[in-house]
Amino acid sequence: MSQTATKPTAEVELETPPPETIRLEATSGFGRVLAPRELWRFRDLAFQIAARDVTIRYRQTSFGAAWAILQPLAFMAVFTLIFGRFAGIESDGLPYWIFSLAALVPWMFFANAFLLSSESLVMNQALISKIYFPRIFIPAGVVAAGCVDFAISLLILLAIVLIDGIVPPIAILTLPLLIAIAVMTALGAGAGLSAINVRYRDVRYVVPFATQLWFFITPIVYANSALSEPLRTLSAINPMVGVIEGFRWAVLGNGSAPWDLIGVSFAAAAVLLLIGLSYFDRVERSFADLI
Amino acid sequence: MTEIAIKAEGLGKNYQLGLNAAYGSLREAVSEAGRRTVGRLVGRGEKPEIDVLWALKDVSFEIEQGEAVGLIGHNGAGKSTMLKLLSRIAEPSTGYAEVTGRVGSLLEVGTGFHPELTGRENVFLNGAILGMRRSEIRKRFDEIVEFANMERFLDTPVKRYSSGMQVRLAFAVAAHLEPEILLVDEVLAVGDAAFQRKSLTKMAEVARAGSTVIFVSHNLATIQALCERAILLERGTVVTDAPVEEAVTGYLRALERAASDDLETRTDRDGRAWEESKVKRLAIYDGESDEPDVVVGGRGAKIVIEVTEVLPMMECSLTILNSLGHPITTLDNELSSAADIRDSGSGPRIECRVDSLPLIPGRYRVDVLLRGRQEIQDGLQAAAYFDVEPGVINGRPMPSIGADGDVVLPHTWQLPA
Repeated sequence: MSQTATKPTAEVELETPPPETIRLEATSGFGRVLAPRELWRFRDLAFQIAARDVTIRYRQTSFGAAWAILQPLAFMAVFTLIFGRFAGIESDGLPYWIFSLAALVPWMFFANAFLLSSESLVMNQALISKIYFPRIFIPAGVVAAGCVDFAISLLILLAIVLIDGIVPPIAILTLPLLIAIAVMTALGAGAGLSAINVRYRDVRYVVPFATQLWFFITPIVYANSALSEPLRTLSAINPMVGVIEGFRWAVLGNGSAPWDLIGVSFAAAAVLLLIGLSYFDRVERSFADLI
Repeated sequence: MTEIAIKAEGLGKNYQLGLNAAYGSLREAVSEAGRRTVGRLVGRGEKPEIDVLWALKDVSFEIEQGEAVGLIGHNGAGKSTMLKLLSRIAEPSTGYAEVTGRVGSLLEVGTGFHPELTGRENVFLNGAILGMRRSEIRKRFDEIVEFANMERFLDTPVKRYSSGMQVRLAFAVAAHLEPEILLVDEVLAVGDAAFQRKSLTKMAEVARAGSTVIFVSHNLATIQALCERAILLERGTVVTDAPVEEAVTGYLRALERAASDDLETRTDRDGRAWEESKVKRLAIYDGESDEPDVVVGGRGAKIVIEVTEVLPMMECSLTILNSLGHPITTLDNELSSAADIRDSGSGPRIECRVDSLPLIPGRYRVDVLLRGRQEIQDGLQAAAYFDVEPGVINGRPMPSIGADGDVVLPHTWQLPA
C-alpha cells in the first residue's frame, strides 16, 4: 500500500497483505464461480451489493417492507374467494385461506427472486463493463435481498398461524431445509437465466411467462394430494412442490411428513443449482465482451 | 532490485464480429445452429463467415513497480482494451499478463453510485466497488466526508445531489483508494474538467508515492508531465515502447500520416457505432485565398467541415494543437453567441470563422468533435494539419518560429518617449 499525505498508523501497515501475483490469461472450463478463494477475496463487495439490493427495494415506498406480506395476503384473499368458495377446491381439510397463505409466502419469495435475479446482470451493465469482481454476486445479491423479505413475511405468517390457534408442530424445525431448497432453486434458475440474458435478451420475455406457468404446475391453489401416484411423487421434480407441501406440513402441522416430496425436490434443486451455476461459470468470462 | 509490477507476454484479444455479435437473438442462434447442421448433413458445409477483429495482438512488455507509463495511440488502437485486460474485466484471448499488487481504477464519475442510496451508503458501496476493504472505508470515512465537504448531505439520497456534489463525493472516495497499481482511462473521465484536473493531481501524487500508474490519454502534455515512459499502440500492436518523448514523437508522426488519409474512411474515430453523421472533410482556409491548409497569421481564417448528414441541433467543437500535441484552444459552438448563424440552406457543411488568427508561424493540428441529436456523432484526432505563415497582427509583425508560446495577442504598448 502506498502512502499519501495522510500518515498511516502502524495498524494499517500490519494489515497490508503482501502483494500477490495474479496471472491473467485465457481460461476455459469451470472454476470461476466455484473458486472459494476468489469469492472470499471479494466478500466485502458481495456484502455491499446485497446491502444495496435490500436498501433500495422499498426506499421511497410508504408501506416499505409491509409489501413483503401485503402481496401474499392479497393473493390469498382472491384465491380464497375464487378457488376456495366458488370452485370449491379441496384443501387437505384446512381452511382454504391458511392453506393458500402457507404456500404463497414461499412462492412469492421464489417468484420475485427468480424474476429479479434473471434480469440482474443486464441491469448492472455499467458495473460489469467497468470493473472486475466475481459476477455471481449480482444475481446472488438479489436472491439474498429477497431472503430479507422472506424472513419478514415468514414471521408474519407464523404470527397469523399462532393467532388462529394452530400450534406449529416440531416439524417447523425443517423450515431451514425447505428455505434452502427454495433458495437453491431461485439461484440456480435465476443465475443461469441471467447469464443467458447477457447474450439473448429474449429471457426478458420468457421469465415472467415461465413464472406464471410454474405457478400453475406448483400446488399453490390446489393440494398436491389431488394427484395420484406415481405422478404425485414425480411432480416433486419441480423443487417448489417439495417446498410448498413441506411448508404446509411444517407450519400448519397438516398431514404426514411429505419426506418423499422433500427428498425428490431437494435432489432436483441441487441439480438445477449445479446446472445454473455451471452455465454461469462457463460464460462468465465473456460477460464484459457481450453485455 | 526493482520488482516487476506488470508483465505481459504475447497478450492478445479478439472480438468476433458479424454472426456472433453481441446482440443475437435466441431465434437467430437456433436457426443458425439448424442451418449449420443441415449444411453438414447435406455435405455442403459452407462455413459461416466469422469476422475476427484483433483489438490487441501479441503485446509484450514489463512495467516495474513505481513506474508511471502512458498508453498512447489512435482511437481503436487497443488502449482501452489493454486496460480492460489488466483490470480483469475481460479475458485475453492469447498470451498472459502477470499483475503483482492490488489494482485500482479511476472510473467515470459515480460508476456504481446508486441514486436511491444516501451519500453515506454510496461511499461504502463505491469504496467496495473500487476495491477497498470495508474496514478500510470505515477507518477513512471521516476523511472522505471531510474531503468532499458534505457532512450535511450524508443522509440524503444521491439523486437529490447536484452533479457537482456527486462528482465531489465520487472523487473523495477514489482519492482515498491506495492501490499498488492504478489504471486511469482519461476517456472514462470525460464530462467534468474539474474532476479531470483533480484526478490528474491525484495520479501525480500516487505516482510520487511509489505506486505503479498506467495512464491512457489523448492529452500528450499530461502524458509527458506524468510519465517517464510511454507505449505507443497502433492497430493493437506495440509500435514504440520508449521514453515518453520518443513515443510521443512517434505518435505525432503517425497522426500526421493519418491526416493525409481520406477522412471518411478512417477508423480511428470517437463516437458510437450507430453514428448517423460523420466528418467527411475538414480544411482551413486563409481569409484571402482558396488554398487549403496554409494560412497567414493575423489574417482572418475559416475552418470548413463537411459532414455526411445534417442532423437536428448539430454542434461542433474544434481543438487546435501545436506541433508537440499540446492543445492551444478549443472553439465550440455549444457556448453559443448571438452572432452564430443557423441556416437550413447551407447543406451538410459547418463553417467556423476566426476574425484574426493569433498563431505564431508553425505547424498546427485540428481535432474535431461532432455532436447531433444530443449524442457524440463523430470525433477525429488530427482531422487536418495546417501551416501558419508569418503575418502581422494589429500592425505588428509576429514573432517567428522558436518564440515562446504559440499565440500572439493583439496588443499595443505605451512607453516613455
